[in-house]
Amino acid sequence: MPIFSYLAMPREGAREDLCTELSNLEYCQIIPAENKEIVVLVTDTPDEDIERSLQLKLKNLTSLQSLSLAFGYDEQD
Amino acid sequence: MRLDRRQFIKQAAISSAFATAGALFPGISFGGWSSLAQNSGMISWQKSPCRFCGTGCGVLVGVSDGRAVAVKGDPNCSVNKGLCCMKGYHSVQALYGKDRLTKAMVRKNGSLVEVPIQEALDLIAQKLQETKDKHGKDSVAMYGSGQWTIPDGYVASKLFKGCLGTNNVEANARLCMASAVTGFMTSFGLDEPMGCYEDIDHANVFVTWGNNMAEMHPVLFSRMLAQRKRKVDVKIIDFATRYTRTSQAADKTIIFKPQTDLAVANAICYEIIRNDWVNSNFVNEHVSFHKGKTNIGYGTEDHFVFNDKAEPMSFDDFKVFLEDYTPEKVEKLSGVPAKDIKYLASLYGDPSVKVTSFWCMGMNQHTRGTWINNLVYNIHLLVGKISTPGNSPFSLTGQPSACGTVREVGTLTHKLPHGVVMNEQDREMAADIWDVPVENIDPKPSYHTVEMFRALDRGDIKFIWIQVTNPMVTMPNLIRYRDGALKDDRFVVVSDVYPTPTTDVADVILPAAMWIEQEGMYGNSERRTQHFAQIVDPPGEAMSDTWQIIEVARRLGFEKQFPWDESDYIEKIWEEYRRFHAGPKHEMAPYSVLTQRSGVQWPFVNGKETRWRFNPKYDPACTNGKEYDFYGKKDNRAWIWARPYEPAAESPDSEYNFWLNTGRVLEHWHTGSMTRRVPVLHNAVPSSYVELHPEDAAELGVVNGERVKIISRRGEITMPAQINGRGVPVRGMVFVPFFDESYLINEVTLDAFCPISKQPDYKKCAVRLEKA
Repeated sequence: MPIFSYLAMPREGAREDLCTELSNLEYCQIIPAENKEIVVLVTDTPDEDIERSLQLKLKNLTSLQSLSLAFGYDEQD
Repeated sequence: MRLDRRQFIKQAAISSAFATAGALFPGISFGGWSSLAQNSGMISWQKSPCRFCGTGCGVLVGVSDGRAVAVKGDPNCSVNKGLCCMKGYHSVQALYGKDRLTKAMVRKNGSLVEVPIQEALDLIAQKLQETKDKHGKDSVAMYGSGQWTIPDGYVASKLFKGCLGTNNVEANARLCMASAVTGFMTSFGLDEPMGCYEDIDHANVFVTWGNNMAEMHPVLFSRMLAQRKRKVDVKIIDFATRYTRTSQAADKTIIFKPQTDLAVANAICYEIIRNDWVNSNFVNEHVSFHKGKTNIGYGTEDHFVFNDKAEPMSFDDFKVFLEDYTPEKVEKLSGVPAKDIKYLASLYGDPSVKVTSFWCMGMNQHTRGTWINNLVYNIHLLVGKISTPGNSPFSLTGQPSACGTVREVGTLTHKLPHGVVMNEQDREMAADIWDVPVENIDPKPSYHTVEMFRALDRGDIKFIWIQVTNPMVTMPNLIRYRDGALKDDRFVVVSDVYPTPTTDVADVILPAAMWIEQEGMYGNSERRTQHFAQIVDPPGEAMSDTWQIIEVARRLGFEKQFPWDESDYIEKIWEEYRRFHAGPKHEMAPYSVLTQRSGVQWPFVNGKETRWRFNPKYDPACTNGKEYDFYGKKDNRAWIWARPYEPAAESPDSEYNFWLNTGRVLEHWHTGSMTRRVPVLHNAVPSSYVELHPEDAAELGVVNGERVKIISRRGEITMPAQINGRGVPVRGMVFVPFFDESYLINEVTLDAFCPISKQPDYKKCAVRLEKA
């Protein structure tokens, strides 16, 4: 049951698109910075399969330039 | 329960991401996040000021199952408007370190053993009484803190000054803002800033005087950056002795040689006058000119005494005084190019520009700390840029209640809650409110902080009670004072929340309630009093510092002066204390108002807070019918002082050829006794280091992480080098953060102080380096 937080950086001019795309993904919560082109992304998935699937979706987001991991936690059942 | 735990982990994940973002992008703001992280129904939120610095950010503490589990910025607090720094976001984790002190301990046969807290309190009262009876009232002392709550400091002052009759009450704020106090008192006759943080929203130019705000006051720095982004004509000028994160974000950094800020400030005044930028109407109407003594010493010897004497002078005399400070002459002394001095003068001199100057330890921890405070006021007064929105000489404080508890309550040897012990009327007022004979209050100040620890070493003080501070890390020239505290017939009581080098020297340790484990108030840098309720229970037998003092006072027979019940003692103490400040110059808000708001600024008159003092548009205490009323001085004027450049107490020479500068880092609070127990903060900066200039490191033959021995005339320390890290000193200087008790840098520093404020200079002494 992993929980991760990331700093998500949008491609140039794609901040709003990134916020929309991330908000539409299940298991994701976003907190956009007010004054920088940065979005905090928190993922909270129920198991490793779903986590892997989410990671794939994140990699395919066209509005996303990069993800930097800030926090990671994996609670074992 | 699982849901609570995951919520907690998610909060930690969010906090870590904010902290990482803050480190990478100074000034980044997530103000809107609170709307996305609303109360789930399982966490309740209560307001409090942050535990750490003097900014006074409002926080909302999330509580679940009686445990503080989350923090978010309080959007209703005008200080931070929902933002926090990384220390604030992680602050509640400092409550839950594994080695939290939960039981009292007494030293028996050389070892500390746990005892019931009531037994420890009995012993403290007995030892205090015995010492006073045997060695006199001035053989006992209380040493507190700018992290004391207002009630903590108030009952300490009442017990020691009012009941026991000794002025041996000091606080660690002597080490951080005493020069700010004497600066205010000598220039304006009243303490604390005339402006407020709203100045940030109006200023066009910010000058940070030796002040790394990006790390030390990050939320205020963020507000400055936001102001610069909002408006097209805003500049930040970093006037400093080393390159820092503030330099990275500033529009311009101007580097000066240590101590020469005195000369540069005078040169700015010289230029303002030479260019006819003086606001003559303001100066003629509201300013008088004075000079004081010179060659005033450094206080490095025991029993040092200095009393300044003000003499009036004319504006023409002041102009003659400044002739020694042409930009060209000062360039040679300070290393600041004359064109940069002229540039600074032009910013202050331009009537269309609103200038706010910020400073903190760089100017206050200075052997001429009072003088440099005066000199920056001189600049603002010459051009009349003061007491109006955006025009503000603004002295920041470092601790959450250095202003509220130390400066306003008066927990310094010469002070009372209103006025000073030397003044008969002030003593009469205190005796009346405290219900003690006026003869109890000694009209003579006793020991300021450095002299207090010297007296402990000499044996003039035999009993000392230390609360909420860690002097066995923070005292300069530390070896002497630690050895003194360990002498056989000294009795040391320490109230704290974690073991520290100070509890190591204690004969009795009292476990203290921390921050929101008790009710209390802090007072921040902008005259804002901030109430917090008890939000969670303290662990074990931990007790508030206020109640510890009350318990001892009652054992000493002062039940009449300390009659309060545990259910409402904070309210009762506040309402008693408030009587000292009645009147439009310092009226404090009633308890009922404090509990409802995220801080209230004083003077609080007729239900209204005062934003800018000395300006009748905002300040109801102004009565002279003019545009300004500097009512603190008897001549109703602000004072410009002729203060010369004088060298530091100890400068580099052929034997000790480097400056040593000490300070803090963003992630840690003071000596790290709390923040080093927060994993995220500890892991971010796990240990201290010495910053070197890359060329000095190359000459020494050290690379990042290699160990360097720092040697002064007082001690030596070996620690890892940091080269091209977050701070880069100029050649010939090293910088060491003091948060790490494994590296006691104050064994190396010098206990020289400003003769007027008695505040030590932690920014300048001479050392030499060796590759270890």
